[in-house]
Amino acid sequence: MRGLKIIVLAKQVPDTHNVGKDAMKADGTVNRAALPAIFNPEDLNALEQALKLKEKYEGTTITILTMGPPRAAEIIREAMYRGADNGYLITDRKFAGSDTLATSYALSLAVKKLKPFDIVICGRQAIDGDTAQVGPQVGEKVNIPQITYAEEILSFENEELIVKRRLERGIEIVAGKLPLLITVNSSAPACRNRNAKLLMKYKHAKTVSELQETTEDYIQLTKDRPYLKIEEWSVADLNAKDEWLGLSGSPTKVKKIENVVFKTKESKILSTSDNEIESLMKELIENHTIG
Amino acid sequence: MNNIFVFCEIEDNNIVADVSLELLTKGKTLANELNCKLEAVVLGNNLNGIEKQIFPYGVDVLHVADEPRLFPYLTLPFASIITSLFEQEKPQIVIFGASTIGRDLAPRIASYMRCGLTADCTSLVVGNHTENRTGKEYKNLLYQIRPAFGGNILATIINPETRPQIATVREGVMKKEIFALDYKGIIKNIDVTKYIKDEDFLVRIIERHIEPKKVNIKNANIIVSGGYGVGSKENFKLLYELAEILGAEVGGSRAAVDAGYIEHERQIGQTGVTVRPKLYIACGISGQIQHRAGMFESSLIISINSDKNAPINNIADYAIIGDINEVIPKIIKYYKQNSK
Repeated sequence: MRGLKIIVLAKQVPDTHNVGKDAMKADGTVNRAALPAIFNPEDLNALEQALKLKEKYEGTTITILTMGPPRAAEIIREAMYRGADNGYLITDRKFAGSDTLATSYALSLAVKKLKPFDIVICGRQAIDGDTAQVGPQVGEKVNIPQITYAEEILSFENEELIVKRRLERGIEIVAGKLPLLITVNSSAPACRNRNAKLLMKYKHAKTVSELQETTEDYIQLTKDRPYLKIEEWSVADLNAKDEWLGLSGSPTKVKKIENVVFKTKESKILSTSDNEIESLMKELIENHTIG
Repeated sequence: MNNIFVFCEIEDNNIVADVSLELLTKGKTLANELNCKLEAVVLGNNLNGIEKQIFPYGVDVLHVADEPRLFPYLTLPFASIITSLFEQEKPQIVIFGASTIGRDLAPRIASYMRCGLTADCTSLVVGNHTENRTGKEYKNLLYQIRPAFGGNILATIINPETRPQIATVREGVMKKEIFALDYKGIIKNIDVTKYIKDEDFLVRIIERHIEPKKVNIKNANIIVSGGYGVGSKENFKLLYELAEILGAEVGGSRAAVDAGYIEHERQIGQTGVTVRPKLYIACGISGQIQHRAGMFESSLIISINSDKNAPINNIADYAIIGDINEVIPKIIKYYKQNSK
């Protein structure tokens, strides 16, 4: 059995599941600065599937690919601490305002540049958008088949991956010829913790922009230890068409943003006393809500 | 030309999925408003007679692709057939259910056609738009309204330039209504072999275990729903007991589903089912915005929560401040004592 070349698509996202009181500004817009940036949870599930393949099939390599602002290099390091071999950050001001179509276009160019590969794997969706669109759209643009809602990659045999999918009301076991795009559900096993040895090895891994900010002699450093270099690609490196990027490359436009407001009711507060609960029950029975 | 298309999803036993029928109802409303026709597309195997389930929703044209390899669903053959159909028919609006199938298929089609797609819309309305920068005016666009940013904001999305405008909508969000029982549309059969190729079958299904739909939470009159505050799967038994007595269904919040207290099928909220029962009893549910969005239209809401400041209490008609393990047995006791 040969090793596999795996590309993991990962995204750094604001932690929308833990939105605190100061996360919303008075005008109803989101205060991104108040939210911690995290590794998109389902992308971690995807990384774990890749790491399992790496353990099983010798010679397998894992490349992390992320698109975002310079600080998104943090999640590439996080992936390296867990067993990824190298990483690419695609970053450029021209990406700002990209919807899922423009994002998947940029990612697909990077994926093509990393050819040959066997598997492109990512989380089903990112928690800041919950669209689940970027995975399948990258698959379409790279022109490879997709297996979405994966819960577990069971095996690799005869150039096929056997994958268990978790659907709304059951499971499906499918076989897909490589190369494939796979999106992974949150029902898949959680990602392993950082490995102490890998943490020591990669804690100085940096992008060129990050290295330029340090006082160290970075040219010498990455010459001695080339694995510490996180590649950075811009629009020019990807040969991307400007008009397909950012706002101009995004067919969806945000017309309006509103704060979600529910009409608050004048609730009647009740205690657990027998009296109050009994009278509530009587009332509901009398007005035919129950019974 | 430029009609509204709804993708009709087929379940086992050739039943059209409820979510698709809900979207047909929405599609009919939009078609009437835009003065165009409502068309539907259905792919599967042995679909003879399938139109009987679809035409009553006011469908004018039904496109049918009937072929053994089209059930169960596979991404690539479906994408090939549907994109070819859309390139030919040029719909202005296409709606998919935000099911595992719709969310697998719609992005593939939108990417190929390079057009906008908005996932999990909670409302679809027609409206105009003036581009601030250019002053250009757009008439009769589809406003695709969806929660964003973990449900904390509501965004109105438009696709001014690209067609079709594609949206997905979750089950239960729209209401299903028969348009006319004897509505007659026409059937157009798709020549499947013309559109699919061998490479569309690089992924094949080896095993499939799909359970029939057990719960019908969407249509329940009374729902007893539990959150993370219920504390354990064991404690949920109390909710089932109450539901049994009241003739209710049991639901749960995303937190309860994530914690493994209750199955996903029963999840209520933005990423689950939207419900509008006569009575909603929220037990140990704090009421994250995502959850409230899926149940705030309930006629009467009772919250049982030990935290007086839980957000759910702001939209509850009655907020019982206390532990569910104390409150539910009392509800059961006094319900039994007072009902005939």
